[in-house]
Amino acid sequence: MSATAPILELDAVSKSFGGIEALRRVSFTLQEGRIAALIGPNGAGKTTLVNLITGVQRATGGHISFRGQDVTRQRPHQAARRGLARTFQIVQPFPRMSVIENVAAGALFAGAHSGVAEAMAFAREQLEFAGLSEFADRPASALTLAGRKRLELAKSLAMQPRLLLLDEVNSGLNSSEIDGALALIRKIADRGITIVVIEHVMKVIFSLAERVLVLHHGELIADGAPDAIAGDVRVIEAYLGEKFARRARSVANA
Amino acid sequence: MIARRWQYLLFAIWVVALISTPLWAGNYVIRLATTIAMASALTLSWNFIGGFTGYPSFATAAFFGLGSYVGALSQIAGVPMVLAWIAATLFVGLFTAALGGIILRLRGHYFAIGSIGIVEVLRLVIASWGSLTGGGDGLNVPFLSGGPDAIARTFLAAMIAIMLCVFAITLVVDRGRLGFGLRCIQQNEDAADMLGVNTTLYKVAAFTLSAMFCGTVGAAYASWTGYIDPNESFSIIMTIKVPVMCLLGGAGTVFGPVVGAAAFTLLEEFFWINFLDYNRAILGGVIVILIFFLPGGLLQLPYRELFARSPWRPPQDKPAI
Repeated sequence: MSATAPILELDAVSKSFGGIEALRRVSFTLQEGRIAALIGPNGAGKTTLVNLITGVQRATGGHISFRGQDVTRQRPHQAARRGLARTFQIVQPFPRMSVIENVAAGALFAGAHSGVAEAMAFAREQLEFAGLSEFADRPASALTLAGRKRLELAKSLAMQPRLLLLDEVNSGLNSSEIDGALALIRKIADRGITIVVIEHVMKVIFSLAERVLVLHHGELIADGAPDAIAGDVRVIEAYLGEKFARRARSVANA
Repeated sequence: MIARRWQYLLFAIWVVALISTPLWAGNYVIRLATTIAMASALTLSWNFIGGFTGYPSFATAAFFGLGSYVGALSQIAGVPMVLAWIAATLFVGLFTAALGGIILRLRGHYFAIGSIGIVEVLRLVIASWGSLTGGGDGLNVPFLSGGPDAIARTFLAAMIAIMLCVFAITLVVDRGRLGFGLRCIQQNEDAADMLGVNTTLYKVAAFTLSAMFCGTVGAAYASWTGYIDPNESFSIIMTIKVPVMCLLGGAGTVFGPVVGAAAFTLLEEFFWINFLDYNRAILGGVIVILIFFLPGGLLQLPYRELFARSPWRPPQDKPAI
């Protein structure tokens, strides 16, 4: 994990929708093989940022580079082939395909597998990894929410990504389901895949991430280790309001 | 559902039945068999874009009409018949590939309306371009030499050959990367794109496949009837019938279009003969009923259970995990 070249580099990335600035000059770099978290209150611009990185939307300013290559203007399928995978906040399976076909699609179109049979075999391995083997031949629409989130993960893994952006893979899950998902995310990181977790659930961030980026109103307001972030006055203000920020400040001064 | 290998066997028997009509039936049945083969080729073509990809195209008549004019004009210019058909196929294919990049930006209803627009625009262009196309007067295509029997047999064989050609391509697409990608697009285009499917390229490929052989059929039809005009070549009825046939049989399946085209053509013929005044109204009613009660098409019927008379069992997909 001693890669010095950053895997992802954002340089003053901005995005506006008409007069609304969803992101304002966001810059950061990510090193390979780490887990980072991206947090922020609702409407902070987290999903927009993911959309820009994966080519779903195009930045209105700034540059994004992935493994040294400028990818600011890429299309989503190009991002997928370059090794940039993501999961969706709202899961998006192919409902009338079986679970294994869903995963095989990732292997076939973004991974290194050119034949359908080969992709299916690879998909079976990924299902095993994600703990979904027994549902391989069920239609994807028959899975529960927790199962579908796992399917999203298996599908992304089949794409053999270098960078995986997990957009709220834990939202809507209960506590024990979250523990299962966390274990899976750690297993993925152990494969050497760089992960960015986009989350609301603090438990997830503090148990996983080595670094936390905080977005608020489209701006990056903090960037550091989880402990430092938890005590950061601006972060507390963004999440809990000014009153709590003042209290935090007085505690710090006392 | 019937097991796959039985479907292949039934299809083979069906093709033999169609191709052998000159041996055991009269001109009327041969003509009907030719019409069925032609409808099957058009429906199998539509299946690429409407079935696999899920884009409701109503442009069949545009490709058919364009093919018949390119074929007819080539033949009038002295090109041998089969070469004229090939020219029509290639021309329509190139035309559609170029057009696809534009019209496939539309989705859902907008795409449907846009595709009807292609039919109308082409009909108007052909009708107005009198110096080349004869305008509303239509075109006379050189007749094939030989007696009526020989001609009937030639066009039966030609339509069946085109049908088998499209069927073979359907099989290849269904099993390969292209078909997989098209099904992904059909079920969730944005997710397919994120997964690495080059959606624009795949959609253009499906649209082109859906058009090319309609061009061949159009050119062959022009040679068969010996006369074409803009209103018949670009008929709105055809553009609606073809998707209906595909839905009737089972869109997005390999055999559905063949079943649907045969069932529809036979039903249409039956009502035409028996109810001369009301045949269209009755056919319309039958279509509405079939689509309502068989949304997955005739192929989705649980034949095994129907014949075994076993009690109906509820589907077994309980939520997993």
